[in-house]
Amino acid sequence: MENQDRPILEVNTNLYRTILLVLVAVFLCYTYVVYTTKTETDIPQMTEEALRGQILWQENNCTACHQFYGLGGYLGPDLTNIISTENKGPQYVKAFLNSGIKVMPKFNFSEAEMEEIVAFLTYVDGTGYFPNKQARLKNTGWVELKYKKTRNE
Amino acid sequence: MNKKIPIAFVVAALCVLIGGALVGVLAAIQYLEPTFLKETLPFNRLREIHVTSAISWIVLSATGGVYFYITKELGHQIFSGKLAVFHLILFILTGLGIYISIFTGNMGGREYLTFLPVLMIPILLGWIVFGVNYFKTLLANVKGWPVYLWMWGTGIVFMVFHLCEANLWIFDHFRMNFVRDLTVQWKSYGSFTGSWNMLVYGTAIFLMARIKKDENVARTKIAFFFYFLGLTNLMFGWAHHIYPVPSQAWIRYLAYAISMTEWLVLGYMLTNWIKSLSAKEKKENFFPYRLLVITDIWVFGNVLMAVLISIPAINHYSHGSHITVAHSMGTTIGINTPILLASATFMCSCINEMILEKMQKTLSYGLALFNISLIVFLASLIIAGSIKGQWMYSENSAFYSVLTEQIKPYIRYFLFAGIGVFVGVTIVAAPVLKFMTAKLREA
Ligand code: HEC
Repeated sequence: MENQDRPILEVNTNLYRTILLVLVAVFLCYTYVVYTTKTETDIPQMTEEALRGQILWQENNCTACHQFYGLGGYLGPDLTNIISTENKGPQYVKAFLNSGIKVMPKFNFSEAEMEEIVAFLTYVDGTGYFPNKQARLKNTGWVELKYKKTRNE
Repeated sequence: MNKKIPIAFVVAALCVLIGGALVGVLAAIQYLEPTFLKETLPFNRLREIHVTSAISWIVLSATGGVYFYITKELGHQIFSGKLAVFHLILFILTGLGIYISIFTGNMGGREYLTFLPVLMIPILLGWIVFGVNYFKTLLANVKGWPVYLWMWGTGIVFMVFHLCEANLWIFDHFRMNFVRDLTVQWKSYGSFTGSWNMLVYGTAIFLMARIKKDENVARTKIAFFFYFLGLTNLMFGWAHHIYPVPSQAWIRYLAYAISMTEWLVLGYMLTNWIKSLSAKEKKENFFPYRLLVITDIWVFGNVLMAVLISIPAINHYSHGSHITVAHSMGTTIGINTPILLASATFMCSCINEMILEKMQKTLSYGLALFNISLIVFLASLIIAGSIKGQWMYSENSAFYSVLTEQIKPYIRYFLFAGIGVFVGVTIVAAPVLKFMTAKLREA
């Protein structure tokens, strides 16, 4: 090393290696639980049709402009609950898809593909709420979400 | 190892930095004027070109730096020069593949990785190759690793982990359950940003140690404490991105608790500043040093914002709004970019001691423009985000155009400031790029 004015500090490699190993071990167990745990509520079953809708969603990168649960790009609106929103729903969605009005690209989906996208959006709508208008803010800073269906119901 | 390899990584990185910033400006124009370029490059492609370029800038320049520092500065013989060449070629080709995939609209991946999913295979391979080269070079040769070596190694390992985890959606166990799928997807992004931060902050510490000629910067207990704190946040803090998602509540509770440990970072930075006010530190005029010092201010601001929006009650309003964008762009542009530019300019000064003096004036102008623009840039996003946060819970929340109109003036400031950021970054990056390209051409 160049002109050190203090002696070089020892690094306690053994201690740090142990901490690292413990952290990694905990992380792996945690990862396993996250992968296998149930969700907070019973959510609907994804159908084959909805799954095809999801693939269309990815292939056309709708995420660039739309969000689910607030996650995605912000050019367009969040679509988590588009199906159950008053005055919107399946027909409204289908009318939007191939119209190319304003900012949305003009897509050329077949009727079947539109059905698949609607099936996917319907499925997502069944999983919960966003924005979660009935959530309760606690004074610990925590937010208690309102869930769509609970197991006990 | 061929001396040109690290330089080639940084040259590629600087090209995508300038190109990506330009595309960012185009995307902002489109955000404001939806018909602009809509037919040729709609927003769902433009945004991805921008995002891919930004991430590639960070990853490629950090990688080039690591190769350069372990071989040239720390003087180690690389385990395999051939693997390093392979790594470089693989990344350049995959990068081209990604751009082609997005330009032609052949996508199909998830957010941030929207390109054709098969392209994940060469990316993964590249990181494995990098890891083999890194650990084989250093494990046997260095005893008592300083913290930056830990950080770089951690960054590489977690990037491999991220790339695997981000693709779990191809399995039915995940994709048949939307909530689990979304949860795991965002868990993988925790490792993604966490691992590039390890690479970048490791670089910052390395540079500080070198510039101050004091290796102990990277050997103190406190340095290691913050390394482990960062790692813990990487592992368990990611769920602050998905507070509204109905995953198991304990995952989110844990993330809340872990995220609050970041107050320690703020506290530490504050006490350090107070100390340095009394101890008259000699003012370095060395450009990489100035970049790092300025970055400290951005780090403080961004961590403060990150901690605040990690409080679920605040996140309730900021989530899904432009405040999140202010956070992600604030960290990538305000923190990662200056550190990596410090690294690139430091590399220049290692190659030719006088070069930075020649560039001094240009670099200073660029940096000033960059910083001023960035303040306006982030402020506009924060204001637009606050408006969106209110709108989401208002009666108008089903009418998107109400929001669009309300935030339009701020998006306009955002665009102008974005042009400033682009020009500022280019003024700094262009001479560095020119110098390095000339070095590449030399026989
Ligand atoms: C280039 C950005 C962009 C892309 C890509 C995009 N959209 Fe949109 N979308 C918008 C915008 C902006 C609106 C709001 C238009 C308005 O209200 O003026 C919208 C509106 C919608 C609406 C109506 C929402 C409502 O609440 O009124 C639906 C449904 C929709 N998009 C579905 C999709 C689907 C499905 C895809 C992918 C196949 C997609 N969009 C891709 C920008 C986009």
